[in-house]
Amino acid sequence: MEYLLIIISAIFVNNILLSQFLGVCPFLGVSNKLSTATGMSGAVCFVITLATLVTYLINKYLLVAFGLEFLQTIAFILVIAALVQMVEIVLKKVSPSLYAALGIFLPLITTNCAVLGVAINVVTKEFTFGLPSHMLSLTEAVVYAFATSVGYGVAMIIFSGIREHLAMNDVPKAFKGVPIALVSAGILALAFMGFSGLVK
Amino acid sequence: MSKLQLFTKGILKENPTFVLLLGMCPTLATTTSAVNGLSMGLATLFVLVLSNMAISAIAPYVPDKVHIPVYIVVIATFVTVLQFVMQAYVPGIYATLGLFIPLIVVNCIVLGRAEAFANKNGILDSALDGLGIGVGFTLSLTVLGIVREILGGGSVFGWKFISGDGMLAFVMAPGAFLCLGYLMVLFNKIAKK
Repeated sequence: MEYLLIIISAIFVNNILLSQFLGVCPFLGVSNKLSTATGMSGAVCFVITLATLVTYLINKYLLVAFGLEFLQTIAFILVIAALVQMVEIVLKKVSPSLYAALGIFLPLITTNCAVLGVAINVVTKEFTFGLPSHMLSLTEAVVYAFATSVGYGVAMIIFSGIREHLAMNDVPKAFKGVPIALVSAGILALAFMGFSGLVK
Repeated sequence: MSKLQLFTKGILKENPTFVLLLGMCPTLATTTSAVNGLSMGLATLFVLVLSNMAISAIAPYVPDKVHIPVYIVVIATFVTVLQFVMQAYVPGIYATLGLFIPLIVVNCIVLGRAEAFANKNGILDSALDGLGIGVGFTLSLTVLGIVREILGGGSVFGWKFISGDGMLAFVMAPGAFLCLGYLMVLFNKIAKK
């Protein structure tokens, strides 16, 4: 039950893009076409889940154990950068087809604040999900990270569908490009506000 | 390019928010009020100037293959310093901005200036460039914060001049996208004339 609450909360109620504003740059940058949006979402999902697992363990058994919490920011960004590189190399060897699908998006992900944001959030913030406020356990953290990245994909894919339609419409000159995309994202975020209160 | 131009180009011609469209996450997330927008802008300005100076100083000695990781570590170091300073002197603001202070590390503006400017220019020029871009970013965030605070709460910098509740949606997520979108339209209209 608790995992279900985590999943619903992370996908709809606290959508990472539309209510937490993490990873907005690629949200605006690669959402022009449905196919690239899907590719980017897949890559983000993969990296966020993996990065959260690794950074959680490093934080618990290395940084906290030796009293080095002040190195959190530096350590996490290095781990994520190294991880992205490694994922790229492994994918290239093991699954060339998946690499071809996600390949170009992988290097971009190092500087996607969604990855670092989720990694920092799960080790510093207390969550409730219908229970008394507590720090997440490892399984909860991984489920939360996975669900969050699914939420990223949901918002990204809906938005790219909207933008594909926008491209065919006659938009006033000053609104062309990013401004109209931002206004549409605002309306989409309004729609997502309807989910608030679903999970306390 | 004169020293003055180096500084002023970041404010209008290469404004990071409205022209270069960089650093969207903190722009949208932290501008719930004018004070929050201003503080986030100043925090980024601090990191931007220091990292630009440090990177322009070490750039000639960094091997090309590892330059991005090295730059990120330099930036992350200054962000950690900033975290300590803010925790010590302005704990209230630090708590409000929360996650977005450590996330300055992955703010594309900072790494972008390191790549595009600091690694091939002198220390003074890089500092001015960082200062200009930082001031431009701070101004955009403050303007966005002011607009959202007026619409959402009827006040500016905490000074209330419209009684009543205001439109809560503008303080929450949708208002951030809408306000930034419309401000960008306004900026386009004025800048293209």
